[in-house]
Amino acid sequence: MSILGTRVIRTEDPRLLTSGGVYVDDLREPELAGAVRATFVRSTVAHALITGIDTSEALAQPGVVAVLTVADMTDLPAPPPAEPPAEGAPPAEGPMPLGGQWSEPLLAVDRVRFVGEPVALVLTDSTYQGEDAAELVSVDYEQLPAVPSIEAALAGESLLFPDAGTNVCTQGLGQVTDDSIFDDCEVIVEGDVVNQRVACLPMEGRSTAAAWVNGKLTVWTSTQNAQIARLILTAIGLPPDAIRVVAPDVGGGFGAKIGVDRESIIIAWAAKHTGRPVRWVETRTENLLAMTQGRAQLHHVKLGGTRDGHIKAYRLDVIQDTGAYPRMSGFLPMLTNLMAPGVYDIPAVQAGYKVVVTDGTPVAAYRGAGRPEAAATIERMVDWYAAEAGIDPAAVRKLNFIQPDQFPFVTKTGAPYDTGDYESALDKVLEAAGYDDLRAEQQRRRAAGATRQLGIGLASYVEITAADAAAGETAKVEVHGDGTATVYTGSSAHGQGHHTAFAMLVTAELGIPMDKIEVIHGDTDLIPDGIGTYASRSLQLGGSAVQKAAIEVKDEAAKKAAELFEAAESDVMLDAETGTWHIVGDPDKSLSWSQVASAAEAGLIVANVRFTADRPTFPFGTHLSLVEVDVETGKVTLLRHVTADDAGPVLNPILLDGQRHGGIAQGAAQALCEEILYDADGNPLTSTLADYAAITAAELPSFELLRSETPTPVNPMGVKGIGEAGTIGATPAVHNAVIDAVSHLGVRHIDMPMTPERVWTAIQQGGARKVSAE
Amino acid sequence: MKVQLTVNGKEITADVEDRMLLVHFLRDVADLTATNIGCETTSCGACTVLLDGESVKSCTVLAAQADGHSVTTLEGLSSTVPPYDSGEMHPVQKAFHTEHGLQCGYCTPGMVMAIVSLLKENPSPTEADVRSGLEGNICRCTGYHNIVQAALVAAASSNADSSTTGAGK
Repeated sequence: MSILGTRVIRTEDPRLLTSGGVYVDDLREPELAGAVRATFVRSTVAHALITGIDTSEALAQPGVVAVLTVADMTDLPAPPPAEPPAEGAPPAEGPMPLGGQWSEPLLAVDRVRFVGEPVALVLTDSTYQGEDAAELVSVDYEQLPAVPSIEAALAGESLLFPDAGTNVCTQGLGQVTDDSIFDDCEVIVEGDVVNQRVACLPMEGRSTAAAWVNGKLTVWTSTQNAQIARLILTAIGLPPDAIRVVAPDVGGGFGAKIGVDRESIIIAWAAKHTGRPVRWVETRTENLLAMTQGRAQLHHVKLGGTRDGHIKAYRLDVIQDTGAYPRMSGFLPMLTNLMAPGVYDIPAVQAGYKVVVTDGTPVAAYRGAGRPEAAATIERMVDWYAAEAGIDPAAVRKLNFIQPDQFPFVTKTGAPYDTGDYESALDKVLEAAGYDDLRAEQQRRRAAGATRQLGIGLASYVEITAADAAAGETAKVEVHGDGTATVYTGSSAHGQGHHTAFAMLVTAELGIPMDKIEVIHGDTDLIPDGIGTYASRSLQLGGSAVQKAAIEVKDEAAKKAAELFEAAESDVMLDAETGTWHIVGDPDKSLSWSQVASAAEAGLIVANVRFTADRPTFPFGTHLSLVEVDVETGKVTLLRHVTADDAGPVLNPILLDGQRHGGIAQGAAQALCEEILYDADGNPLTSTLADYAAITAAELPSFELLRSETPTPVNPMGVKGIGEAGTIGATPAVHNAVIDAVSHLGVRHIDMPMTPERVWTAIQQGGARKVSAE
Repeated sequence: MKVQLTVNGKEITADVEDRMLLVHFLRDVADLTATNIGCETTSCGACTVLLDGESVKSCTVLAAQADGHSVTTLEGLSSTVPPYDSGEMHPVQKAFHTEHGLQCGYCTPGMVMAIVSLLKENPSPTEADVRSGLEGNICRCTGYHNIVQAALVAAASSNADSSTTGAGK
């Protein structure tokens, strides 16, 4: 029996559970002996001109090795000159106009645009000395009016980039606003839906160490992709082959560790500039101030349909708060636009976006990156419409789903869905949850006027994974003369279980036992070419590459085995159960992997591949969330969360479910409690974990996960991504559940996070509206 | 100031700054890096260790406060269960492995130590007991589902062990 699809506990764990992982701060490499500690001096104001920096007092402190500012960065290549826009030109269109007039400096030059922006770097012998000295770097600011919100950005009274003449840095291509698509609609719902700014919050923050030795820079950094990090680090004026990037254990990423941020480039530069090894490990406050954050979209939405539940038209206008610098610019809202209609066959869809800069932390990818926002809003609007039309939300979904026989299906926004069976996922969840009984219990509580009302929330989602399928992923598989195998992957693990999953693929193909397979990732000297981990791409691209390499190794080994057997290649076979080579029909003669590999010319058999897919995959599923809302206090209790998430055939159920669990928790967290907040002057109000309401075990139930496995034709294994699905499905399911609990009180919408205060206020206002309507 | 701590059964004496936190003593002086730092506000629990057998967050304990006391970190956990020093994992570590209670591993040392302490106080917790008991430990990967499961499995296996051997510790 193949190991594929079976429950295999992780090979990564024994080390992590006994001596702990080796994260950047734990590295004891000889090159880092005597490394100085780096402490950033960060802007304390949201928007200001820098009129002076005095480092003298800090420099005089004990243990201070250097205090560096932009004035010291004379050994860096000059950034490409900004091209001024034509007079009166509209904002750029399309997803990615980066750099130029919107360029993000390394250390601040003459202006700061968010609290937490790096202004100077203090290098000291110890961490405590760094904190002391950084306090003494005196920065003179001439404050400018803050742009703390999307509204302030659009007002344009204060500009972050005066040369640009606007705070709108890009907008969608060819936007259409034609209200006639709603002409035949009998029921129309329209409103603003906020997809609030949240922290990515990996438990290990950002961290980088660098050493400049004999003309080569080695950078150890907490990243989701060492190879992309290396490319970014060439900004310090070194060619890629003079830089080695190593990703040691990485304590979570969630999109915010794609590549490296400006701080890591500064650390790499500082090591080269001073000739001293440097280590930087950010504090949680730095992390909450300056690691990229997620979501931060405002949606204006209109959805219309018939009285009997057929959706006819949908329009989504997105305004993306990209923060102080457009890191991903229009890429996130472009994905939100692409996925706007979700799982529904809607005859008319219009979607557009604008991207604005604000005095907030830059916004980039966070688990789902543009797709959760699309799912959150369409699923919210479908429930809103169902409530207005007086139809059960499950029934409305079924009426409008794209049907299995319609695939492959191209949506009105151009998304080429591969496969899907949306109704079957919904039915599985309704049955497992006992939907009809839950509705009956809800009716009982409503009739009784119970203090604790029951809410049932549904979300049927589809998402896009491996959007950059054509970039593919690399893998090298070697079988050595001692019968062991090594896998080199361009993919990059930070908790997902790549080492276990990829070893399973090799053992399934080659029959070499798991404990004789080593998986290596995240070292550009060993793996110069690779893409890394994001967009739920690891198994479908990285895993497919490993499998492809293993098959090539097997083909090569068959030739060698045939030689050794003095048989025709077609008469040689591998018994993948035992990992031994045989001649067909002669079970007594056998060769081990060790014998075959050591007979090869180099004493090993190697295959080096890149796997690419010609298009992305579109996993789907349904989440049902059951909540209790205390109508007297507004407190929400999440009672149950039932999901069917379809990522195709399952390689290892514990890894699959682990991804779903984590995703569900983060999705529920956005719905219920998490939000990054700024005051009117752009000061962050959530810069510690005492202020930012990260979700805990006490606020969550155990999750009820169902199986759904629809293969995709896009790759040989038929697999799709699962890393982000949980988040995408959970947020709208929990959101809808809370509103469903109080919809009989006249409430139609509550913005996230649905804190007790917001829920209670909505109940009071909803009740008032109901009274006045009667 | 001079402090003397017993860390995982080994005596360590060092001259440290008055303000040195226990977590920095463990990581930088004792060179035991399993214990991680996840915040500065006693919120996340990544730095949880046992101080005289009880869980504390070592980012808000001074090394000076631990002077003369004994500390157990993840690295020393297996030596606290019989047969001592066999290299066998503690039941909580084993349960984390079998139940997939960890992903990136960063919160894990603190989470494991918090559960060891929790099970010592309440050897047969309900799921709700475990969830409220772990409110001070944040994990961003697992959604807590398998961590809670691991705690319950560890409790069950420890209870089964003590009922067969009759030697609850």
